[in-house]
Amino acid sequence: MASDSKPKAVDPAFTKSVVDAGADTVTLCFQCGTCTGSCPSGRVTAFRTRVMMRRVQLGFKDDVLPSDELWLCTTCASCDERCPRGVKITDIIMTLRNMAVREGYMAEAHMNTARSLMKTGHAIPLGDAFRKLRETLGLDGEPPTVLTDKEGLEEIKKIVKATGFDKLVG
Amino acid sequence: MAEYALFLGCIMPLRYPGIETATMEVAKALEMDMEVLEGTSCCPAPGVFRSFDRDTWLALGARNLALAEEKGTQIVTVCNGCFGSLWEVADLIEKDEKKKEYANSILKEIGKQYNGGVKVRQLAEILYTEIGLDAIAAKVTNKLDYVKAAVHYGCHYFKPDFVKEIDNRERPKTLDELVEVTGATSVDYRHKNACCGAGGGVRSRAKEVAQAMTDQKLEAMKESGANCIVDICPFCHLQFDQGQSGLGTSFPVIHLSQLYVTAFGLDESINGFDAHAVPVKF
Repeated sequence: MASDSKPKAVDPAFTKSVVDAGADTVTLCFQCGTCTGSCPSGRVTAFRTRVMMRRVQLGFKDDVLPSDELWLCTTCASCDERCPRGVKITDIIMTLRNMAVREGYMAEAHMNTARSLMKTGHAIPLGDAFRKLRETLGLDGEPPTVLTDKEGLEEIKKIVKATGFDKLVG
Repeated sequence: MAEYALFLGCIMPLRYPGIETATMEVAKALEMDMEVLEGTSCCPAPGVFRSFDRDTWLALGARNLALAEEKGTQIVTVCNGCFGSLWEVADLIEKDEKKKEYANSILKEIGKQYNGGVKVRQLAEILYTEIGLDAIAAKVTNKLDYVKAAVHYGCHYFKPDFVKEIDNRERPKTLDELVEVTGATSVDYRHKNACCGAGGGVRSRAKEVAQAMTDQKLEAMKESGANCIVDICPFCHLQFDQGQSGLGTSFPVIHLSQLYVTAFGLDESINGFDAHAVPVKF
């Protein structure tokens, strides 16, 4: 090891903030790796769920919140099911992602999805080709959701304002 | 309002509307009292919006639940994303008074309220537990003995099973049986219970990672001798249907509702197979 290597910055307040946000089961993890062995994403990437849990326990905030790995979990919940310690892993990852977003770590693609929700009430747009396809099937071109219910769409806009989501995404 | 209200969501009405028409026709054939729940928004999607901000996810989900509560109906989803979000929002509000208070403090801004108690269901689970395999078998006029299906459950249908209790997570059987009742065979394959790869915002942020997970499943399906994929979720459906060019496979991707349209001898044009990237032919 290089003699000038510095120990990683540890932030005990980070661990506490994760626990305080409701992800208290992270402290129960004893590093068996069942989560990693169950993870479909870890099978095709370097994402290691067990390591993520340990980093939170040790307070390695800078290894967690800005990381791409945090966003490789598909939320399939296989790890939750099999964890012998009852660690609510997917829930912890959700807590961490919420914290990451609040610190400004949000991918452009995700911002666009969030903007779509705020603008139309749906995660994806409706194009002409699909409008026509719906009509061919005997459906209304635009589904009877907030896409056609203007009052409903206003409600969505009010909700994202009331929760502060509009400011969070920007 | 009808006993069941179909929750539309996003991917089904906006990308695969044939699943919407197929679901309504199959419900009619099985004498289910079902109408579309109007005025809804995105569920909101569990992988993306819950990842961004759980409070917003909870409040928007509570609005959708409030619409069903006003109509005195159960929510039926044919998408595991919608099922996952709405089921979990309903469950959180039921069990956690603080969450309920928060959701209602936001809903107050739009003159709505959610008191709780709305049942959130997945069509597959209703078919299995309420309609029953015998009643479904009685409707099959077109035996699908040429279909060798690689069934894909998707994640949020039965997970987490320690709270949902719909099926066994390691050895689920409901979808296999719902497919085999048509005369089709459900083939076993490696990674059968694994995620399609699309969820959790992975498809939108790291498409190649999502695809790598999909490819693992497709490779296993190739080895299994399957000749199509049957799913119960439009998002998994999209991932499999649009993700097959790389490996050169051409498994038709069929939602359970669409499979039943064919098995029940209903007008197949309502399946909207024209919208599929992989042609649906055997």
